[in-house]
Amino acid sequence: MQQLLNGLFIGAIYALFAIGFTLVFGVLDRLNLAHPAVFAVSAFVGIELVEVAGLSIWLTLPIVFVVGGILGMVIERVAFRPLKDRPDAHFAGLISSIALAGMFIALLQWRYGPDTRRFPADSFPSTTFTVFGAQVTVVQVAILVISVVLMVALTVLVARSRLGRGMRAVAENPTAARVLGINVDRVTMTTFAISSALGAVAGALFAMNVNSAQLTMGTAIELKGLAVIIVGGMGSLPGALVGGLLLGLAEVFAVQYIGSSWRDLVAFGLLFLILLVRPQGLFGARKVREV
Amino acid sequence: MRTNLFTLTAAAGALALTLTACGSDDGGGDGGGDGSLAGEGSGDACVIEGEVPVGAAVSLTGAAGSYGESQRNGLELATTHLNEQEGVTYALTVEDDQTDPKQAISLFEGFVGDGTSIIIGPTLSNTAFQAQPIAQEGEVPVLAISNTAEGITEQGDWIFRDSLTEGQVIPQTVAQSVEAFGLENVVVMYSNDDAFTESGYEVMAESLEGEDITVASTLTFSKADTDFRALLTEAKNAEPDAIFVSGLIEAAIPLVTQARELGLDVPIIGGNGFNNPQLMTDAGDAAEGVVVGAAWNSASDNPENAAFLEAYEAEYDKAPDQFAAQAYAAMTIIDHAVREGCDGGREAIKAGLGNITDLPTVLGSISINENRDAEHDAVVQVVEDGSFAVLN
Repeated sequence: MQQLLNGLFIGAIYALFAIGFTLVFGVLDRLNLAHPAVFAVSAFVGIELVEVAGLSIWLTLPIVFVVGGILGMVIERVAFRPLKDRPDAHFAGLISSIALAGMFIALLQWRYGPDTRRFPADSFPSTTFTVFGAQVTVVQVAILVISVVLMVALTVLVARSRLGRGMRAVAENPTAARVLGINVDRVTMTTFAISSALGAVAGALFAMNVNSAQLTMGTAIELKGLAVIIVGGMGSLPGALVGGLLLGLAEVFAVQYIGSSWRDLVAFGLLFLILLVRPQGLFGARKVREV
Repeated sequence: MRTNLFTLTAAAGALALTLTACGSDDGGGDGGGDGSLAGEGSGDACVIEGEVPVGAAVSLTGAAGSYGESQRNGLELATTHLNEQEGVTYALTVEDDQTDPKQAISLFEGFVGDGTSIIIGPTLSNTAFQAQPIAQEGEVPVLAISNTAEGITEQGDWIFRDSLTEGQVIPQTVAQSVEAFGLENVVVMYSNDDAFTESGYEVMAESLEGEDITVASTLTFSKADTDFRALLTEAKNAEPDAIFVSGLIEAAIPLVTQARELGLDVPIIGGNGFNNPQLMTDAGDAAEGVVVGAAWNSASDNPENAAFLEAYEAEYDKAPDQFAAQAYAAMTIIDHAVREGCDGGREAIKAGLGNITDLPTVLGSISINENRDAEHDAVVQVVEDGSFAVLN
């Protein structure tokens, strides 16, 4: 039971991170590799807010959400928009986003140095619950709740709202969307902002979960995020959710049943197996591209 | 290049000799390069005209950054103290290896090339394994001050250390904790992608076997891991009397915190990586009951140590840790080696380091054995009320 919960908590963070990743991919067909950098930046910003401004950890989350949104707009403005009319815009954007990620991390290093940073020891509520014999902290419950709420809100937003319709129209065909009077640039920018805001919250939650933030934390989760969105089906929001939880659980149960040294091998092996069986991913639809 | 440097140092040496009008008749068998570093007299009466260049490559930034800063403080304090004494002056250069073997290699190359008499460091064992061959090949003595992995000094006859190996500290830690807590059934965890923690684990496993303790399960993690909940849950299911961990401080803090969160309240017994006051500042109450074997007893009342504690706190406004103490002791040892032959040259220091017997230092009475490793008593500490106390 404890292991199941452990897997769910870490899986929820993977899912939240991946869902931001997959949103940009699904709507805009672009891979934003600055996403892991936003994840790291937000963790450091969160710690700074608690440590220097003395805010409670709960109050930092909406602020981190906004910071993430702003970073998302910066990413879109700097790394993607100037290149969008190039015939090779996919690769150009991919590469320029890697460059921007490098700059974010360099700025972090300049500001905070390369050392691991932590929240002050007394910033977490020390209450723990016992659920079916498993120990759970308030922070962990919050992680699960916040992740699920954000993911549900996003799904509703995309399915129901005017902005969501705009996103889906742009995803279908940007030119047609423009003809129909949709402000494609604005929709694009909003998509990036939401995506990065989710990634930022995931980063802050991750830092709270393990109480440490490192410059390399983005790189560590990047591979997992990519694996999750591929397994979930590129661009599929429920796919990213299920994929993230699945990876979290796979890691935990690999430790329990096979051995801790085999964790990554088993977890990624399992994902690979899913791809062999369902190449389009769990929730991906086979796309027929008109040429 | 080599010829140029040689001529230059030889000329400088000749110049120094002319200026002091003093012919050196002892300890000069070093070869021309170190001429000005040969002095007269011996022991306390030794007088060396030139400054003895000491180079240190420690990790001031990166994963081991918190260790390196203490080391720099210890080295600088010791150098100040030594330079207050008559006769021999040391010119200490402290460089940052960024916890990166590549950076350490280039620092070592720099020290070998610029005539440095002895190199101190680097901070981590796996960095040392890659950088030390540079010094061995360049025939510059190295004094390791924090490396505890097996095989450090086996890399060559120019490599010495003043830090006790895991092989020396861990058996004492295991024996004393088994006795103090009456352990029978334990879980062992270690990070299997780091030379230091892996060698620590091997000694741990061996000593546990020697004490006839059942190891219910052995769990591995990566040194970059921060989420240990799955592993700790696994450990908890084994219902151990204690958990033995070989890991660096970066892993130690989240590991200890998460263990307590999961309700694992058994003693956690760590290797040398846990021996850092940061454990108490960052893990808070969770650190209570953590047991660490250490090479330095901060509470020891030998006169060297008492003076060191006072001077360090006055200078840096905080208590020294073991890394600072070992760094400080390194300068004491080097000074003894230099004064013995009254020669600050590379060959002479190497010979002097080989003859250290029962030298009083902040670490206690220290000897360097035939394997060029230090020998002195270890101390087993337990965290009580936010600070280390001697386990008994």
